[in-house]
Amino acid sequence: MIAFPVRNPHHAGSFAPERVRRKPAYALMLLVMLAIASVSAPVFAIDPLPFKDRTEELRFQALAKQLRCLQCQNESLADSNAPLAADLRRDVFAQMQAGKSDAEIKQWLTARYSDFVLYDPPLHGGTWLLWFGPLLLLLAGTGAVIVTVRRRAAAGAKPRTTMASTAGDSEDDW
Amino acid sequence: MNARLLPLAGFVLVLALLGFGTWWSQYHDLREVPSPLIGKASPAFSLPTLDDPERRVTNQDLAGEPYLLNVFASWCFACREEHPVLMNDGKQLGIKLVGFNYKDAPADAKRWLTQFGNPYDLIIADVPGDVAIDFGVTGAPESFLIDAQGIVRFKYISPITPEVIATQLMPRIEAMKKGTRK
Repeated sequence: MIAFPVRNPHHAGSFAPERVRRKPAYALMLLVMLAIASVSAPVFAIDPLPFKDRTEELRFQALAKQLRCLQCQNESLADSNAPLAADLRRDVFAQMQAGKSDAEIKQWLTARYSDFVLYDPPLHGGTWLLWFGPLLLLLAGTGAVIVTVRRRAAAGAKPRTTMASTAGDSEDDW
Repeated sequence: MNARLLPLAGFVLVLALLGFGTWWSQYHDLREVPSPLIGKASPAFSLPTLDDPERRVTNQDLAGEPYLLNVFASWCFACREEHPVLMNDGKQLGIKLVGFNYKDAPADAKRWLTQFGNPYDLIIADVPGDVAIDFGVTGAPESFLIDAQGIVRFKYISPITPEVIATQLMPRIEAMKKGTRK
């Protein structure tokens, strides 16, 4: 396509340094590289799937965002370029085409990859602490505050408890 | 007096939690996906063998005796680390060693085996990677211990080492053999 010695933008570093020193050549090279990059950028995008309409595409994307890529675990299925993620996207898409609901597709995935594949862990025996732990902490905190306040009220005339005064002092110190 | 110790107690509690987390993660890999297949029948499959694509092997063909299904590929770097262990100690397992060539070009896989040797009794090839998804494969190498009834007994993620054979695989294989004798 382009009869310029630049073959691959990824190998830009392998050019001989004396070439880089010639300024006009360098600028031209940069221009060509940018052109190549802008042309080849769509190639690196996530594999396109033949959605029948926009609603289906949005549904697919929403679902893929809730699923974890098993190969590179900090990415969602929607973002990952891993081969396994591409395979799973293809399968999720095929099941959508077959009329499966989101819940059925998730079940299909968890039967193979366990709850690990879901970013949002379902509520069951093993996860109740995860779901309600923060609530328990909040309740414990509220309880502690109520008890402290009541104690202080009962202490009546005493101006401050030791704890409150130290807390007040340290805040001033900061 | 007592109330003064409360923040310290809270701090110690958080510290203990951190300590537990650190200790726990030394023995558990948080990236390891637990297999829901353990204790369940292996997924049904029908795959061509690597040597002869015309010949297909099903899970039923393999039933009747226990086997270790080892997921490998020529593109898999860690498989090279595992390979000598399978070459040296594979026979020691005393069960069939079935290679599962995962998302690999058959020509590459064959070249890889010619170069490093073939420890497998049989190799099935999953070029599209569909059966691998049914098995919950997340990468290579991974190994599944499947008993004579076709039940998945154990899954091991990452390269098998002599230590893994001694501590993880052998005890389970022995137990399986005792189980079938009953």
